[in-house]
Amino acid sequence: MSSRLTRLWDPLFKGTTAVLAYLVLILLVAICLALLHEGWAAFKTFGWHFLISKAWDPANNKFGALIPIYGTLVSSLIAVVIAVPVSLGIALFITELAPRWLRQPVAAAIELLAAIPSIIFGMWGLFSFAPWFSNYEPWINDHLGSIPGIGALFRGPPFGIGMLTAGIILAIMIIPFIAAIMREVFLLTPPLLKESAYGVGATTWEVVRNVVLPYTRTAVSGGIFLGLGRALGETMAVTFVIGNAHSVSASLLNPGYSIAAALANEFTEAFSPLYKSSLIALGFILFVITFIILVLAKLLLMRLERAQGETA
Amino acid sequence: MSGTASPEPKISVRNLNFHYGKFHALKDINLDIATREVTAFIGPSGCGKSTLLRVFNRMYALYPNQVATGEVLLDKQNILDRRQDLHRLRSRVGMVFQKPTPFPMTIYENIAFGVRLHEHMGKGAMDDRVEAALRQAALWDEVKDKLRQSGMRLSGGQQQRLCIARAIAVKPEVLLLDEPASALDPISTLKIEELIYELRQNYTIVIVTHNMQQAARVSDYTAFMYLGEMVEFGDTNAIFTNPSQKQTEDYITGRYG
Repeated sequence: MSSRLTRLWDPLFKGTTAVLAYLVLILLVAICLALLHEGWAAFKTFGWHFLISKAWDPANNKFGALIPIYGTLVSSLIAVVIAVPVSLGIALFITELAPRWLRQPVAAAIELLAAIPSIIFGMWGLFSFAPWFSNYEPWINDHLGSIPGIGALFRGPPFGIGMLTAGIILAIMIIPFIAAIMREVFLLTPPLLKESAYGVGATTWEVVRNVVLPYTRTAVSGGIFLGLGRALGETMAVTFVIGNAHSVSASLLNPGYSIAAALANEFTEAFSPLYKSSLIALGFILFVITFIILVLAKLLLMRLERAQGETA
Repeated sequence: MSGTASPEPKISVRNLNFHYGKFHALKDINLDIATREVTAFIGPSGCGKSTLLRVFNRMYALYPNQVATGEVLLDKQNILDRRQDLHRLRSRVGMVFQKPTPFPMTIYENIAFGVRLHEHMGKGAMDDRVEAALRQAALWDEVKDKLRQSGMRLSGGQQQRLCIARAIAVKPEVLLLDEPASALDPISTLKIEELIYELRQNYTIVIVTHNMQQAARVSDYTAFMYLGEMVEFGDTNAIFTNPSQKQTEDYITGRYG
């Protein structure tokens, strides 16, 4: 290669990688603008009311986003609340406690779970899990429903499908992601650091609680929010089991709706321009929710770090 | 080979064998570690000196394929006994590692963490304990105004002294130092060596080192190991001026290792 070509090579390489990196940014902005543009009619017609209205009446061209927003947030929250402790347990078992011969098979099984297409989860949820689960919903009614305060969450009809079912299915779907990330970052904890904690007489749980988790907290929360992000946008599985009912209810056993499910169900029937615009506005809102959650995650991490004394 | 250091050994090793899976890493080790003296293990890489050290607090027990057989008596009690409480053992036998390993918490918490695992005490008592440990580790003056900062933000040498303070705070009887200065600059190394010299008044110290001058400077007794065997053990001055074994002489004069 001639020296002139060599001199050109570095700037060219830098330029190429820069373009590729900026492309992501440009795409992001473009998608955001396109959604906003298409959804503008809805925002203009209903104003801020769009966000807090429970109306969804295509016949009279009245639309509000509250129910799908609520359903999206609640089903995802249920998923995270279930998935985080389970994933933590899985990751800790694989990295710290399981006998060596068992670690690889369990880890592989978890990764296979992640490879199952979401439509399969939806079908399984609708045809297998929901009928089975509906047998136990009376039990939930009787036992959890009587707890003061949170009891209202667990009183409802035993349909099988509904918000709680959607949350459980979502949890199963995001567990592999969260568990895989947790497992990987736990493995990255320097053995010497763990040995030091064992060296002052800590038990496995104390080592995990006080050394491994704080050491890996950034990556662990990253994994949790990745899972949350996936749960927020998950469409097919949720559409199958959430019940697709345009109602908001305190009970998690009642059917609900999510943004992604609304989009999947109704795009083909959105004949009026305002209907279509309202659906796209829903998409924009989903985009914004995901963005806000990422920002909150970052802020939370910064506060955590201050509490640990890293900035001072 | 066996050696006897003092009439009242803190640790007595009897016919100790150690296996990593099929690899026979320590072969029939017999050794007495003298109370409140510094004993150094020297030898080329892979000779088993760190392995031997890690038997004394059973750190190897974290790993399923590592097995020790024989007897290691700490105050006449066999710590290899499967009924031995490892947490209790490790509060009696503290350890400092090759690299500084501050926990991801504040300087104060780095020290209080280990103490809290074994003792319940009020804030005032804990403050005193932390200060005493940092003073003993010759770190107090450098960190007294930033106890709430992360231990991970200290310099390497300071981090290692923090690790020593952390080990001391638990009030162990024995301190195991696994090449404690190997990752440090010469000035920090010197500080650690001075510290070891001070600490021998209160603790039984066992140090593994690659650095023969360091062994000669800080230790009262020296064990030379080679290929998993204890080649020679005795008074440090005697080992360095008049080794009885040809292998020891070759090693300390730098002919191999």
